[in-house]
Amino acid sequence: MAPLLTAGLGLKPQHYAEARDCPAAGLWFEAHPENYLVDGGPRLRWLGAIRERHPVSLHGVALSLAADAPPDAAHLRRLRGLADRIEPALVSEHLAWSAWRGAYHPDLLPFPRTNEALARISSNVSAAQEALGRRIAVENPSHYLRIDGHDWEEIDFLSELARRTGCGLLLDVNNVFVSAANLGFDAKDYIDAFPAAHVMEIHLAGHSLDPALGERLLVDSHDAPVSEAVWSLYARLVSRIGPRPTLIERDDNVPEFAELLAERDRAHALLPAPMAKAA
Amino acid sequence: MHARATVTLAQFQDAFSRALSGEPAQADAAVATLVAQPAFAVYRNTVAKGCIDALQANFPAVARLVGEEWFRAAAAIYVANERPAEPSLLAYGESFPRFLRAFPPAAELPYLPGVARLDRLWTEAHVAADASALEHSAFASLDPELLGGAVLHPHPAARWAWFDEGPVFTIWRRNREEGADEGDIDWRAEGALITRPEEAVRWTSVDAAGCRFLDACAQGQPIAQALEAALGADPDANLVRLVSGLLAAGAFAQLTLPSRNER
Repeated sequence: MAPLLTAGLGLKPQHYAEARDCPAAGLWFEAHPENYLVDGGPRLRWLGAIRERHPVSLHGVALSLAADAPPDAAHLRRLRGLADRIEPALVSEHLAWSAWRGAYHPDLLPFPRTNEALARISSNVSAAQEALGRRIAVENPSHYLRIDGHDWEEIDFLSELARRTGCGLLLDVNNVFVSAANLGFDAKDYIDAFPAAHVMEIHLAGHSLDPALGERLLVDSHDAPVSEAVWSLYARLVSRIGPRPTLIERDDNVPEFAELLAERDRAHALLPAPMAKAA
Repeated sequence: MHARATVTLAQFQDAFSRALSGEPAQADAAVATLVAQPAFAVYRNTVAKGCIDALQANFPAVARLVGEEWFRAAAAIYVANERPAEPSLLAYGESFPRFLRAFPPAAELPYLPGVARLDRLWTEAHVAADASALEHSAFASLDPELLGGAVLHPHPAARWAWFDEGPVFTIWRRNREEGADEGDIDWRAEGALITRPEEAVRWTSVDAAGCRFLDACAQGQPIAQALEAALGADPDANLVRLVSGLLAAGAFAQLTLPSRNER
């Protein structure tokens, strides 16, 4: 049986030893595979050492599933090699693009959710799942721009993607909050409408105000603790859909391990007990 | 809004990619309404910051030497012309040492491209394949008659470079080591050897003969020829000490004997 994942933490190199040694029950770690696509050396050794004690999830940022091109075959092969070595509990990616015509833009870029895009992304997700030999979860992105020409609402697009490819979904609650604030929709409606059956994982992170635009624009900056508004959306979500592996992401302004662990424990405490029915 | 329907995903991505680094006023019609929104800057800034941060992480000695402000300004110019080609930013900046060599504001710092090259070699050593370093004892069982025909194979993490332009290695190590010596620097050509015999990356100086010897080994030349090459660089080189120093640094992974019909 696969281990039951509860709440986990994004893996930071400065916390390797504490991560490996942390005894918290159900704790797991998520790594960006791009940082471990190396031939050898200390990084891979650390990831292996952590994997010996905890489940690990691989959360890709560079597969560029929403580009109008098949995912890079060499990149997929290397990802597969890493996945075979680490045996991740989960593999996930984003509903976004970053690589295009030989250039890699290190960001998660938006696109119009057209029928054409859905067909292309479905084929890309299927190709990725086949190459990796695993089901992947696809994450809802943060939005900053009002884009014309969508044929699909995002939730319908993701549901249809899951139906066509068998992929799961990763629901990033902070991304919903940020997008709702920036595009002017109700985050609660989105959270309530998200298809529970497909949710393989939940992400929680902090955001910040845009330095130039202030409150008019929230940025999914991963440089702050999870906000109270996002915690309350999270509680609302898990009380509806039940417990799912939940990750605290932090990529900038990284605090001490203990501070991240406290946030992780808060998510852990909010997760409904999966065995409640048997009790 | 009907015009939108004619924009394909590929057209959108072509236009959006160009707009990330181009002038807002010149944005393609397919993304003009997006580029006009103030929030478009979030993408522009995130992409540029991601590339510059990666360069700063990959070239820490350069950044320390010139200061963060100078480094990020130079990196921004590099980034605008050289987007990463790989989805892993660990490899980003391969041509950054070359860029610095041709970068007019760096002309006063002739050692800077070499320092950048050593930062790059450090990264290559850090991520190279694992292998045990060859020990002196590997020679113990070898028939001395066969020694000259045997081949020493550099360790996958071993990197070396000779710098005619000056004490690049000394300058580099002073900007990578905690509490490094701050005395006067003797202005002379230098070589560096970077290895990772165990977990951690290590570095040591290497003379011109040592560099030449390593070059020859990397080309698959047998030890006798590699030693000749070393003597070509320095006729007074102490060959026993040279090979023994390289072994101690973990520069080799394997010793192979010539096959029978080559003997």
